[in-house]
Amino acid sequence: MKSVLPIVTVVAAILGFWVLAVIPMNMHLTTDQAQRDGLVVTPETPAERQAYSGLGLTLQNTSLISRTYTLERPRLPSPHQVGAEMWETVFERRVTSRRSLVYHGWVTLSATLVGFAIGTGLGILLAVGIVYNKAMDMSVMPWAIASQTIPILALAPMIIVMLGSIGIQGLFPKAVISAYLSFFPVVVGMVKGLRSPDAMQTDLLHTYNASPAQGFWKLRLPASVPYLFASLKIGISASLVGAIVAELPTGARAGFGARMLVGDQYGQPLVTWAALFAAAITAAALVGFFSLIERLTLRRMGMHAA
Amino acid sequence: MSSVPVISANGLNLTFQTNDGPVHALKDVNLDIAKGDFVSFIGPSGCGKTTFLRCIAGLEKPTGGEITVNGMTPDEARRARAYGYVFQAAGLYPWRTIGGNIRLPLEIMGFSEVEKKERVMRVLELVDLAGFEKKYPWQLSGGMQQRASIARALAFDADILLMDEPFGALDEIVRDHLNEQLLDLWARTEKTIGFVTHSIPEAVYLSTKIVVMSPRPGRITDVIDSPLPKERPLDIRDTPEFIEIAHRVRDGLRAGHVDA
Repeated sequence: MKSVLPIVTVVAAILGFWVLAVIPMNMHLTTDQAQRDGLVVTPETPAERQAYSGLGLTLQNTSLISRTYTLERPRLPSPHQVGAEMWETVFERRVTSRRSLVYHGWVTLSATLVGFAIGTGLGILLAVGIVYNKAMDMSVMPWAIASQTIPILALAPMIIVMLGSIGIQGLFPKAVISAYLSFFPVVVGMVKGLRSPDAMQTDLLHTYNASPAQGFWKLRLPASVPYLFASLKIGISASLVGAIVAELPTGARAGFGARMLVGDQYGQPLVTWAALFAAAITAAALVGFFSLIERLTLRRMGMHAA
Repeated sequence: MSSVPVISANGLNLTFQTNDGPVHALKDVNLDIAKGDFVSFIGPSGCGKTTFLRCIAGLEKPTGGEITVNGMTPDEARRARAYGYVFQAAGLYPWRTIGGNIRLPLEIMGFSEVEKKERVMRVLELVDLAGFEKKYPWQLSGGMQQRASIARALAFDADILLMDEPFGALDEIVRDHLNEQLLDLWARTEKTIGFVTHSIPEAVYLSTKIVVMSPRPGRITDVIDSPLPKERPLDIRDTPEFIEIAHRVRDGLRAGHVDA
């Protein structure tokens, strides 16, 4: 329980900074609104106010500070506004409703999980190929690295459009982009893991005259498990990012990405922020889930979690 | 002792090609090891003692000369699973229990379930680890781990046991204890043992034959047939015979250094 205090301290510091930042960030909008409501604002014209920084304007209008937290369309929403929006869209809507974050979350999550499964499978296969085949060792890794240097934001629309033109739509194209992002950490981790047994351990199997297949199943694969879990935790969050990015450029109508875009385009920052936080919480939950599986698996295998 | 040697090396040479030029790891090594011998290889690092053991095991390929194990080439002997090998580190798989580690060679060699169980129990008894079958390696001390790795090498009943400084990383008290146990085990199983060490007392205490080696190039400088009886309590190390052999080993090591 000793670890709780530092965590709470950091969270409180972030929230405190956020709460304070709301005031200057929203002050211009607040003064405009207050003026329309008939309150006295200094300086009097919007043009004059533009000359001030957010902080400067705040010092001129300290009486309006409380109003910066209740704007309908704030530049920076306050934590309680985001919280209220999330509460409403997560718990107070039917999950089948288009205004439910659970509905949008599931749309993104299903693409994430399918893509993650494809990416992990592909990553493990490539890693095995790299470790056991000299030609693949020389050829695959540079391509895998190159694939990750292309901005996914540039690539995603191309993949979506190309797959769309041959009639593949919906979940699968998003899963492809998820897989594209998640296979890489799995390849890197598994190659390292499969190669982790030292010369002595391979010599030992050699003295038993073990076949390559026995070496794989009895030594290399179990030795790679801790590395695999480290990769899976990176891979699952990359998958989620991939699915969200895949929803952005194509005008998808559902998913976290679609919600973020809608909030942006229709000037509803609360919608965007709620979707952002929901995505972050989902990612944290997925990583936490794999940490748990990791701990259980390694304990079952008699090893300590790294 | 008169029968065909179990291990026989004839004019054995091994040269490693390195970036700094060729390294003569073994030069003209001739040695016969009879069935039931306990042979120690002793010498400073770089004298080729481990390399020679690895040649016997077929883990290194000699570049010249001949070596036979049970009348076969080392590679054939390896495939016939003629020997068990104990490395410097225990090298137990952390994801397997002690029993699981000992079962590893048995699984690879395709023993039946019943036989696996029976053999694991037997060798655990042999190295005094009965009851530790379900423990994981990290739950055992270094000495116990090394005993488990010896049990693993014994599990499939090879006639030859090759040990590469198995107790090198252990403290002296544990080492003495394990040496005693090893002699006891050797007496009970009548195996032929090749044992690499850099400790003179260990070599003299354990061996029926001591092979003194020296480096650059790696070669044999002396072979001492020990007159000590088979039954050896720890305090045999204070007898004049013991001290005399130790002297001869030390002289052999020193001689190797002078003309190197």
